Parts: sequence; structure tokens; C-alpha cells
Amino acid sequence: MAANVLTVTSGKGGVGKTTTVANIAVALANDGKKVVCIDGDIGLRNLDVILGLENRIVYDIVDVVEGRCRIRQAMIRDKRFPELFLIPAAQTRDKNAVSPSDMIRLCDELRAEFDWIIIDSPAGIERGFKNSIAPADIIVIVTNPEMSAVRDADRVVGLIEAEEKKPPYLILNRIKQNMVQRGDMLSVADVYDLLRVEVIGIVPEDENTIIAANKGVPLAIEGKSRSGVAYRNIAKRLCGEQVPFMKLDVDTLWDKLMQIGKGN
Amino acid sequence: MGFLDNLFGKPSANHAKNRLQLVLIHDRVNLNSATIELLKDDIINAISKHIDIDPSSVRIEIEQQGRSQKLVADIPIRPHSGKKQ
Ligand SMILES: Nc1ncnc2c1ncn2[C@@H]1O[C@H](COP(=O)(O)OP(=O)(O)O)[C@@H](O)[C@H]1O
Ligand SMILES: [Mg+2]
Repeated sequence: MAANVLTVTSGKGGVGKTTTVANIAVALANDGKKVVCIDGDIGLRNLDVILGLENRIVYDIVDVVEGRCRIRQAMIRDKRFPELFLIPAAQTRDKNAVSPSDMIRLCDELRAEFDWIIIDSPAGIERGFKNSIAPADIIVIVTNPEMSAVRDADRVVGLIEAEEKKPPYLILNRIKQNMVQRGDMLSVADVYDLLRVEVIGIVPEDENTIIAANKGVPLAIEGKSRSGVAYRNIAKRLCGEQVPFMKLDVDTLWDKLMQIGKGN
Repeated sequence: MGFLDNLFGKPSANHAKNRLQLVLIHDRVNLNSATIELLKDDIINAISKHIDIDPSSVRIEIEQQGRSQKLVADIPIRPHSGKKQ
């Protein structure tokens, strides 16, 4: 087995990287893949709470890098899946405690045992970002259909090109289709036009995201929520499956009236 | 976007797209419009030494092809007047 190293990054903070990592990870694990997530956001760890694993942290990534424990000891097994693990970030250290070559070494040590190594990058374009993309085979950029998020995403694409990585993919998160339909939010096509990065996922605004975070149970684990389905589709696409994008259109008031008129 | 546009709810996504288009070009090539104006003046001066052009009709623009951009100069040449220079 030789894992793919997938890094999720964005430039701008708060666009949904950690949510994306957690959801793709559980979706892949659900499909029987062996997955380990690495929280690359040293000093501001969050992936542990989004996955509901915060109470089980003993060692973290800096402990591994500085030789205080073996890599296995820092891996928390997610009890919901036989083969999903988290390597948490250190909370009391800064990003310089880990270097890009540390990250490459760490991933190389894990590659043989996993199908997917997923790295949650911090915001920004500094050390933490560089650490996160150094070992990446596949890079996914998360953005929102909004001025500053798109601009920052473009900066990150430029930096990835400069690193001579493979072209990244794009996930467009928090789309409010009613706003798109009335022309007040950039559409997927608009953002693609601007960034020219292949879109691998389209995730609607979904208030269940907050409920899922409250519970520590990513939406992609369970059935119905729209964003949960969107993340499961992304996981399938990452595995090479062709999955059509889901329809986001919301019915207009007129559509609703027509439906009432037709008696449904 | 004026008061009336707001009043009648003129869509803002187009503004966003147009503004972003310009911002991204300048972020990517690290060129601002002032630099392009300077460059334009230099080009006009250099070319005018050899060829008769109308400075007011010269266009210098950054054009996009996918994620890469190129500098495109459109420099119409004045028709030959028949007189010897
Ligand atoms: N599709 C979505 N719909 C609604 N809220 C979302 C969505 N995606 C993310 N969020 C919310 O946005 C906030 C930031 O998300 P997070 O994944 O922590 O971003 P990042 O890791 O990029 O900083 C969180 O409160 C999260 O619940
Ligand atoms: Mg995060």
C-alpha cells in the first residue's frame, strides 16, 4: 500500500478546511479506506474536536517530531471506524516546532500502512502552510464564493504552482444558492472562471455543519444532510469515481406557487 | 453601484467578478495600473523614434489565457502621408 497524501488548504481562515478534512476522512473510512489525518494547525488545533476525539489526546505531532514518542503512540484511533486515525497538533507550541522536511519524513513513515494521509493546513501562507504542502501528492483548496476568500485562494494556487506541485483541486464551500440565483453571490462558474482550478466539490451552506461540530460527528458519517452527501461525493471523486455534481437550485417563490397550483 | 442600483436590487455578483478579475491579474503578475501607464509611455517614446504612431490610440493590456497572462500591445500606425520625412 502506498498512501496518497492529501493536503487541504485555503489561504484565508474560516472557509471550511477543518470541516472538509473531517468529512472527507470519515467518508473515505466509511468506504473501507485506511485513513490518518494530521492536524497541521499547530497552536490552534481543532480537528480533534470536529472529529470528537479531543478527550483522548496524549501525544501530539511535536512530541513525535522531537522524539518523545513513537508515531503510533500519537495516533488516536476513531472508535467509529476500524481504520481512521488522527495525529493531533500541539496546542502549546508554535508552527516553527515542525519543518517541511519533518512533515515529509512523517508521511513517508506512514505511507506504507495507509490509503490516505490527510493534512489539515492552517490559514495563511507561512510556515504552517509550507509544512502542510511539502509532503502533498494532491492539494485541495477550499474557498467560499466571496471576494477575499477567492483572492486568497488565487494566491495559494500561485504558490503551489511555484512549488512545482501537481495542479490543485478546488472545493467551493458555503454556497447559498438563493443568493446565487438572485445574482448576489458568485456562482461556481464565476469562481472557476476566475481561478481556473478544477472543481472537485461543491458544498452548500448548511447549518447542520454547526450541529455536527457541536456533537463531534461529521455530517458525512450519516445519511441525509446535503453537505454530508457533497463530502461523500468528493471522497468518491478523489478515489477516481465519476460522480455528477448535485443540483443546488432552490425553488423560487414562483416555482412554489406553481407547485401549489398543480396541487402538489 | 449607485443608490438606484441598491434600491432596485441590482445584482452585486457581477461587480464582485469584475473587481476580482482585475485584482487577480495584478496579484498574479505583480503589476499595477500606474506601472502599466509608465510602460506605455516608454513604448510610445521608443516606437515614435522610428514609426509615426498616434499616442492616443495605443493600448497596452494584460490578457489572460487560463491562469497565465501576457502583455498585449495594440499600436496602430498612422497612414503614410506621401510626404518625405
Ligand atoms: N458548508 C457550511 N455551512 C455552514 N457552515 C459552515 C460550512 N462549512 C464550514 N462552516 C462553518 O464555518 C466555520 C469555519 O469552518 P472551519 O472548518 O473551522 O474552517 P477553517 O478550518 O478553514 O478555519 C465553522 O464554524 C464551521 O462550522
Ligand atoms: Mg481549521
